[in-house]
Parts: sequence; structure tokens; C-alpha cells
Amino acid sequence: MLAYLIRRLFAAAVMLVVVILVIFSIFFLIPKWAGVDIALSFVGKQADPASVEGVREKLGLSEPIYTQVWMFFKGIFAGRTYSSGGDVVHCSAPCFGYSFKSEQAVWPVLTDRFPVTLGLALGAAVLWLVFGVAAGVLSALKRGSLWDRGAMVVALSGVSLPIYFTGLLSLAIFSFGLKWIKAEYVPIGHSFTGWLGGMILPWITLAFLYAAMYARITRATMLEILGEDYIRTARAKGLREQVVIGKHAMRSTMTPILTMLGMDLGALIGGAVLTETTFSLPGLGQKVLDAIKNQDLPFILGVVLITSLAVLIANLVVDILYAVIDPRVRLS
Amino acid sequence: MTTQRTSGRRKQAMAAAAVVAALLTTAACGGGDDNKSDGGSKTGAAGFDAANNKVAQASLAKKGGELKFASAQDADSWDTTRGYYGMAWNFMRYYSRQLVTYKNVPGKEGAELQPDLATDMGKLSADKKTYTFTLRDGITWEDGKPITSKDVKYGIERMWAQDVLSGGPVYLRDVLDPKGKYKGPYKDSDKEHLGLSAIDTPDEKTVVFHLPEANSDFLQMIALPSASPVRQDKDTKSKYMLHPFSSGPYKFDSYSPGKDLKLVRNDAWKQSSDPFRKAYPDTVSIKFFTNANVMDQRLIAGEYDLDLNQTGMSPQGRTVALKQHKANLDNPVSGFIRYAVFPQNVKPFDNIHCRNAAIYGADHVSLQTARGGPVAGGDIATNMLPPSVPGSEGQKYDPYESAGANKNGNVDKAKEELKACGKPDGFSTTIAVRNNKPVEVATAQSLQASLKKVGIDAQIDQFDGSQTAGVIGSPSNVHKKNYGIIIMGWGPDFPSVQGYGLPIWNSKYILDSGNNNFAMIKDKSIDKLFSDYTKATEESKQTEIATQIDHKVMEGGYYLPFVYERFVNWRGDRLANVYTTNAYSGQYDFVNLGLKSTK
Amino acid sequence: MTELSKSEAAINEPSVASPAPSSFLEVRDLKVHFPTDDGLVKSVDGLSFQLEKGKTLGIVGESGSGKSVTSLGIMGLHTAGQYGKRKAQISGEIWLNGTELLSADPDHVRKMRGREMAMIFQDPLSALHPYYTIGAQIVEAYRIHHNVDKKTARKRAIEMLERVGIPQPDKRVDSYPHEFSGGMRQRAMIAMSLVNNPELLIADEPTTALDVTVQAQILDLIRDLQKEFGSAVIVITHDLGVVAELADDILVMYGGRCVERGPAEKVFYEPRHPYTWGLLGSMPRLDREQQERLIPVKGSPPSLINIPSGCAFNPRCPYADVPKDNVTRTVRPELTEVGGRHWAACHMSQEERERIWTEEIAPKL
Repeated sequence: MLAYLIRRLFAAAVMLVVVILVIFSIFFLIPKWAGVDIALSFVGKQADPASVEGVREKLGLSEPIYTQVWMFFKGIFAGRTYSSGGDVVHCSAPCFGYSFKSEQAVWPVLTDRFPVTLGLALGAAVLWLVFGVAAGVLSALKRGSLWDRGAMVVALSGVSLPIYFTGLLSLAIFSFGLKWIKAEYVPIGHSFTGWLGGMILPWITLAFLYAAMYARITRATMLEILGEDYIRTARAKGLREQVVIGKHAMRSTMTPILTMLGMDLGALIGGAVLTETTFSLPGLGQKVLDAIKNQDLPFILGVVLITSLAVLIANLVVDILYAVIDPRVRLS
Repeated sequence: MTTQRTSGRRKQAMAAAAVVAALLTTAACGGGDDNKSDGGSKTGAAGFDAANNKVAQASLAKKGGELKFASAQDADSWDTTRGYYGMAWNFMRYYSRQLVTYKNVPGKEGAELQPDLATDMGKLSADKKTYTFTLRDGITWEDGKPITSKDVKYGIERMWAQDVLSGGPVYLRDVLDPKGKYKGPYKDSDKEHLGLSAIDTPDEKTVVFHLPEANSDFLQMIALPSASPVRQDKDTKSKYMLHPFSSGPYKFDSYSPGKDLKLVRNDAWKQSSDPFRKAYPDTVSIKFFTNANVMDQRLIAGEYDLDLNQTGMSPQGRTVALKQHKANLDNPVSGFIRYAVFPQNVKPFDNIHCRNAAIYGADHVSLQTARGGPVAGGDIATNMLPPSVPGSEGQKYDPYESAGANKNGNVDKAKEELKACGKPDGFSTTIAVRNNKPVEVATAQSLQASLKKVGIDAQIDQFDGSQTAGVIGSPSNVHKKNYGIIIMGWGPDFPSVQGYGLPIWNSKYILDSGNNNFAMIKDKSIDKLFSDYTKATEESKQTEIATQIDHKVMEGGYYLPFVYERFVNWRGDRLANVYTTNAYSGQYDFVNLGLKSTK
Repeated sequence: MTELSKSEAAINEPSVASPAPSSFLEVRDLKVHFPTDDGLVKSVDGLSFQLEKGKTLGIVGESGSGKSVTSLGIMGLHTAGQYGKRKAQISGEIWLNGTELLSADPDHVRKMRGREMAMIFQDPLSALHPYYTIGAQIVEAYRIHHNVDKKTARKRAIEMLERVGIPQPDKRVDSYPHEFSGGMRQRAMIAMSLVNNPELLIADEPTTALDVTVQAQILDLIRDLQKEFGSAVIVITHDLGVVAELADDILVMYGGRCVERGPAEKVFYEPRHPYTWGLLGSMPRLDREQQERLIPVKGSPPSLINIPSGCAFNPRCPYADVPKDNVTRTVRPELTEVGGRHWAACHMSQEERERIWTEEIAPKL
């Protein structure tokens, strides 16, 4: 198990490096090949040669790409100092880059925004797990019933309707129309109830989408599991039906659900872009969208890294959970 | 970064969402607002266009309260030296003062200048090359120390440090130091870092500018926020944008880029030293949004007072607002002209007849519709000088009869021109358009359709909008990509033909990279007119030259103007003393906005 | 082949419905039908038999003949947890130790499951829950019916594992099913079934998924345990070889019905149904050198939705035309006694069948 873990961690680290290289290539190499000077996109309307040169110097654009990548890695552990034209900016470790567009080091902004996204993802996950899995199990047990058909229609709409739709709809109804909820983000440290109030609509909206998917997968998996021989064995033992479903069938059903949960959480922690922009939550997703809009490369790089890291960690956690749930995995 | 799972039909779904959201908003409001278009409403809104070039509800303004801006975009920089966005210049007046600034009156007169930090408009020497300003008494920084002539000089000097402080306008640098001798304060060997020889500070209260050449727009240039004073001990260089040190009625309280900004009253500022900034509210805040639709919904819901960007509501919000809340809207002209430009370095647009063929062939009404129609898009532009710029004749000057007989395109005339160009059977070319502006893509498509009728076969090439400077700012790239038609827009930096047209029409502004003279205009007579303009002192003469330049540009057939852009801007119910001003091309005069209620 | 055990009165003549049978297990006219979109699947269509304690009944037939459906019917597993599916239609009577199961309270039947009647399944790998240890699964089976603490139950589990011949049971009790070999798994499955000393044990193809060498061990184990526990055992198999070792009586099923039944040695040495002949022909024999390929019964099992009219076996029967007037294709043959407690359902006359068996079939086997 330990060797397995170490191997996975190593693979994750390699993945991260590859991700960084790819991002660097996308932002630095491809425009170069296309003959576009990216320094120009960093200066204003009047592209003064001095400012273009300043940008080049600050961003190290004239350095070869491997030097740029090396500087980046070094910055993570040792911090980094940017200087140009008599201006010195220090970015202390862990330095994941420094944005000259907003004059901020990337790392503190990411750590400032991370809790928002984490809160959004976890809160929504609890909702969608509870409701999605419950609805899926009920649907499976009452297959073909009115409940089943109804739930699956709702699930289908949940899967097909984008956050843009459901989010704006819920805002229009509950926030602007009925004025029940003031959809405004309040940090949890300021006011817990304020935080809850600001998060409830995003949670529900996001959870609706995911609950729908989880209901569908739960239903399908549960139906499959119920046909398994060991379920028949459990009944042949004389177990109550509640135990057969709640223990024997559920444990197996949890496997694909957990896999999905790991992936989804990993992806969401990288930034629930649509939810965050729709509900104006100052999380990572909103930041990355801003960064893309403003061509704020260091932030794009930073968020992509965090996302990759989140997905990799989520993968790792899923793998470990897998081994906990399914003893067969432990062998390999 | 990830997007949450959504179907591949997101676009349709978004459209559907918008429709439903619009319906819901309509239903939720239950017609609470009346539709009397002009008479004001029960909620207190002043009426449609009530603040456009006139003052709305001036008497209702109370001292105090929090004025809430919403914005879908943060400023490029809040550093007075570095910002270039119009809304940033406007907003900077909350925390910065200039030697001279714009009058606090609506419309055309609002673009006129008045003394601010200075006691008068400066004493001009006989050769028109020396300006001497005396500073007012009682002007202070946010820590209570007086603003001195050295602070003014240092603030202007920062403009030379483009390698550190990029992004802002550099007119003053080009006018005061055309040969580029000064290296900027950060590389200045002078022990006070005040080595710029073009500015003298004989005493604490006196600033003297020595211009190598006279320039009639000089006062306009020192009215820009980039000429604001900066105190050397407070200059954090590139980080100054995070907390500019205030010389105005408000100071930075907190700023989190892309999230929010809060200004609070600067207690050191004295109303007596500043007769123009009303400074009604106690607090001024900006909340940044990433989704313009959501922002518009919140504006309509009354959670915010106005849009910082002042560039019009999103199509969905606009539709709802025009139906339900017309009294909360203003429909100013933005100062921007939206147009297609024909680079002369791309064949066959080197030939004026081929350019004319495209201009005559275009269906101006459908282009206007693609821009959003007369209200949201603007009036059909018939020449290249924006209405807010002195010398503009508006639709009265219509050499191609674009708003008249030929407004739906004139195929016969276009074919004649094609014959004259030696391409009787037409030709093929490429339209370059930014991919991040749906409206521009729509105009490109409209243009493509009408050109097809006259035999011009145009392919549309959408390029990455954030790379504009790199893609179309390089004439060689434009030539390589065969961009015969480029869809763009341009607005004045300050309301004069120089502040608008110099970078796009003057031959010396043709640059290998970062070029804005896309048409590659090398017309000596135009260059001469600009030079005459800078020397002209009488306003009537300036206006005349501006008109002449416009005519020259139109006669060259370099441009196909689409519209004099108009916006539909939201004016919250709480706002008082609201008016648009030509100084900021149809934006409200932010610094004089007040609230009706301080709650 | 070993000497077949002498059967005693394990199977009696089908009796007319009488409420209180004397037999330990009596199945009367059992019908299990499944409604489907294509029609009614008559998996079991009128089956009757009896079984006494301490005896073993082998039910033999091809897949789809209804033998597994019968066993699940007895266990009451057709009605438990068939979510959303159309429920099986079950009729007839199943008497176990004086209780009629089909009309009994389902919860009562549930309590009987595992305790009074237990089942061993074909594939122990899929029949055991992959996520729980062998021990946990046995403990669970025990604690459903015995109010004891985990420790006691665990002791019992180890005891049972030891009894079924699993080495180091105190260690293996914490192993997962996938850590066992096939034979060990089936032993564990048997241990789990027998943990509550059930009076009726149903083994559904207990050796099919196992290696040939392991098969014999498992069969020996079942036989030994039956002797020890004195349970009644039903062994369900498609392989006559399996029941040859175990069964006192044999019931041959075809198309959801019984075509022949009787004491094992009768069915083996004097079979009176052409289908049984076919099965015998396809049986691998250890005591003879294999000279030709096994002769499977030609054709495929009948559709249970459209069971052939007349004798269900007629499309595959080489002797279908022996009886006159096409009677095999029109009239369903009844089970008739062909000897002491030996019944078969065939239109051919006894003499004809005897002749064909002795002259044509037996010599080839």
C-alpha cells in the first residue's frame, strides 16, 4: 500500500510538471509560432516600445522557455524577485508567479479564493449526495413506477439544463423576485448565517445538476447490483430487505459514486466557473475567468496548477477510498 | 480551470435562460414601474434620457451614504499614470486632482476645462511655449501634507518610466520631450529624481512647463489623470495601482483586484480648496462581476446604483430595462465610431475605387441593425469625426450618402467603382474581426452579405480579441493574412481631433507593431493639418481644421463608418445630480453623483 | 462408478392434495410463471415431489429446464426484492416441515431462510460479497438467526470453516473471497449455508464452476455433512455424474416439467425416458475409456413461452414417430409408473422403451 502510494504521488508530480510545461507552451510558444508578440497584449492602447520591453523583461519573455520554466519552479520553493527599470517586486515562497496586471502575487490570491470554492463544492456535494443517491435508490427500488419516471425526468432536465439557466432562474425567482435571499457572498468568518444565505442558492443550483447525475448513476448501479448473485445470497441467508439494500447493495453501489465524487470534487475545486460567475462568488473559477479575459497569464497558470493538483489529489483519495471499500483493489 | 458539465448546446440554453430570466424579471416586477417614458416614475427614476446632456434631480442629492458601482470589468489600472480606460479616468477624479480639469456641467460644456489644483488656466507665454501655473492654497494629500509643485512634476515624470509603468497615455511625454532625452524618475541621476528639464518648479507653488513646440491641446493633456501629482515617498512604483495616494475627496480604503474596491472620505481634503467636486456620498464602492447578465439583473433589482463601465447594458438586461424601467435609462452617444477600415497595404485596397466600391456596396441600415439598431447601436455614421469632438458635423456631412440615398447600399455605384478599379467582376478579400465581440462579428457578417451582392467575396477571419495589438497592429501580418477589411472602433482620449484622430490618421503613427493607423494613411496634407492644429490658438480655427481633417479622411475612402455609437446605460433610482458629459464621452460625471437617501 | 446407494421411500406417488403431508418437504403442482413482454414464461409448470430428512434428491436437467427456478421457489426468493420487475406468478403448494411456504407470511418465510433451509450457489465467487471477509459473511448469517455476540459468532464461523476442511480457519476467517481458491470458496459457502444447521440444503450446481478434481472433494464434503447433520438435500445439476455420487432419488426435468423420476439406480440403469437416455449419453464416464465424443442431446431446449404441444421433448426426440397417430405431437404424456416408485412421461409403450434401452442405448454407453 505504501509503495503504491509513493508510486501514485510520484506519478502525480510528473503530471504536474507536464501540465506546467503544456501551459507554458500554450501561452508562450504557440503565439510565437503564430508570429504574435504576446508582450503587446500586456501593454495598453499606446504600445510604447519601452513598455513592451519592460513587460518582456519582467515576464522574462526573452529568456528561453526552459529558463522560464526553471525560474517558475524555483520560485515555488525559494521565492522570486522580479525587477525591471528600477522597480523591484519580491514574491515570497511559495511563489506561483506574480501578476503585473493586478500587481498581486498569485499564491495569496489563490489561498484567499480557495475557501470560497471549497465551501461551494463541499456544500453542494453534501446536498447532491444526500438527494441524488436517495432519489437514485428509490428509483431503482420502484423501477417503472410513477416516482421512478418522474425522478428520472427531473434528473434528465437537471443534467441537460446548464447552470446559466438554473442559476439565473433561481436568482430571478428567489433573490430578485421574491427577495427571500440576498444572493451576496459573505465570508464565513464575518457571519455564518450570511455565508449560508449567500451560498444556499449556488449550492442548490450546483447540487441540482450533480444530484441529477448521481441519481441516474445510483439508479443504474443499484439495479445492476440488485441482480448480483451475492445479493441473492444475502436474501437466502434470511436478511431483512432493508439490510440487503442498505448494507450489501449500498456498499457496492458506493464504488462508482465515490469515483465520480472524487473526480467531480477535484474538478469543482479547480473552479466552479459557471456557478461562481452566475452567483458572483469570489472563488477560483471567477478568478480564472477574469484572468482569461484579461490575459493575466500568471493567474491562469496558477489556477490551472491548483486545478491539476486538486484533480490529482482527488484521484489519489479516490484510489485510497477504493482500496478501503473494495478489498480486491488492495492486492494490486 | 474547468467548466462544470453542461451540454454542448450551451448557447441555445443560454439564450433560453435569458428569455426565461427576462420573463421572470418581468413577472416578478409585476409592472410595478409605469411606462411613462419621460415623466419620471413612482420609484423616483428621473425618466428616459433625463440625465443625457442635462442634470437630473440635482436638488435631491444628500450628503452621505454609500454609492455603489457595479462593473463587469476591473480597470486596467487605478494608478493615475497607467490607466487608459475611460471609466478609470472618470473614476480617478475621486482620489486625484489635476492642474486643470473638466467643468462639472453636462454635455458639450462639460468638456471645457477649468482650474483645479491651479488657481487659473495657466499663464501662456507669447510664443505659446511656456505655461506657468500657480497652485491653490489648502490643497493637501490624504495625510494632510500640502501638495507641492514638486509632487506635480514627479507625477508627470512617472509617465517616462514606461518600462515599469506601462499602459497609460503618453501625450505629455511626446509633447514635452519629443526626442526622448529623459529616462524617467527611476533612472534619474538627479538627487530629487526631478531631472525632467521641461518642467520647472521655482517654488512650492509654481509649476512651469516649457514646450519645445506649441500645442493647442496642451491643457487637454494636463487634464488627463496621468498628469496628476504623485508624492515621491508614496510612490510604490508598479504597486501604486493597489493604493494610489489620494489628493482628492476620497481615499482608498480597500481594494482587491477583480473583487471589490472601496473608497472612503478623505478627511484631509477641504471642500474650500476644490469648488468642483461635490463629493456627496461618504463611501464609494465598486463590486466586480464576471457575468454581465447577472450584473444587469442586480442593477435592475436596485442592489447597485450604476455600471462603472458605462458601456451599455447587455442585450438581455437592456431588453428588460427598455420594457419595464425605461425611466431608469439614458441613451448617450459614446464618442466611439464603429467602422471598417481598409489597409492600403492589402490589394486591391491600395486603389481608392476598390475602397469606394466596398463603401457604396455596404448596406448601412443592416450594419446599424447588427450593431443593435438606432437606440442600442447608434445613428448611422456618415463620417469619421465623433459628435463629441469639436469640428464634427454629424450626419450633415455625408459624402457617400450613407444615411441618405445609399443607406441600403448602392449596387450600381459600387459596380461603377469596381470598373474604375479595374476589377469589374469583383474580387475576393478577408474581413478581420475580434472573436470576443459578438456585435462586431455580426457586423462582419452583415458586411460580408452586402459585399457579396456587388461581387466582392469576403471571407471572415475571427482573431483572438485579446491579441488585437499583435494581430492587426502589425502591418506585415495584416498584409500576410490579406486582411483587406478590419472591423474596429475608436474613441477620443480627449475631446479634440488630435485626441481622437492623431494615432489613426497621422503618417508618423504607422508602426511596425502596435500600429493603430490600420489604413496606412500617408497623406502629407493630413499630417500638415494636424501640425497646423497644434499651433492654432483660436477655437474657431481649431474646429475648422478638425472638420478639414475629417473631410480629407473621408475623401480618401479609407473608412466605412458604421455608427456613432450609442449606449443604453442604467441609472439607479437612488442616484441624484446625474448627468452625462462630453468630457468622458457620454459617461456620467462620477465625482459629482449624489444619493437621494443616505441609507 | 461407485455403487449407488439404496434408496428407500424417498419419493412417493404424487398424492392428491391433502393439507398435512407426512413428508418433510413436499412440493405439489408447483407452477412458476414469469410474465414478460414476449409472453408468459412457464419456467416450472406443474411439478410435484417429496423429500424426507436425511435423503438427497438430485434434480437434473439442461439450463432452462426449470430446476433452479424450482429451488428459488422453495427458498421464496422469487418474491423477495423483485423491485419493479413484474412479479413471478407462483402457484401450487410447498410444504416444509408442516408449513406451507407460498401462503405463509413473507417475513416468516424470511426467518426460515438460512435457518431451516439454506442454499449453496453455483459460482461462489459471485455469490459471496466481494467487499466483506468470509468470516464477516458467515458471522452475519449466524447472527441473523442466533442472538449471540460477534465473538461467539466468530468462533462458530471458525468452527464451521474447520469443519468444511479449510486449513488455518482462524486466519482464513479474515480473508476476502477473492483470496480463496475456487474450491475453498465453495467450502466457505457451504460452511455459511450450514452454520445454522438447516434441515433442508439446496445445492444449485455446487460444482459446475470448479475444477474436476475439486468437484469430487466438494461432493464428498456435501455427502459427509449431510450424514453428519442429517439434513435433506436437493442437488441441482445438469450433470448426471454429480448426482450419481450423491442422490438417493433423481428427478429429471425438461421444459419446466418432470419427465422421469425414481430411485437413482433405477434412473441410471433402467431409464425410461428418451431424454434421460440423452443425458446419460452425454455424461462423462470415468470408468470407461472414452472411445467417441460425448453425444449431447441434439437440438436446443424448448422455448418456455411456446412449449411444444404434445410431448415437450418431441422436436428433439429420435423416437417421436414411434407411437402411432402423431400422438407425441398432440397429447401431453402423463407421468406413469414404470416400476417401483419410478415414473416416466412418454407415449412409447413400456416394452418399446425397454427394448430400445437394452438394445440400442445401453450398449453404446
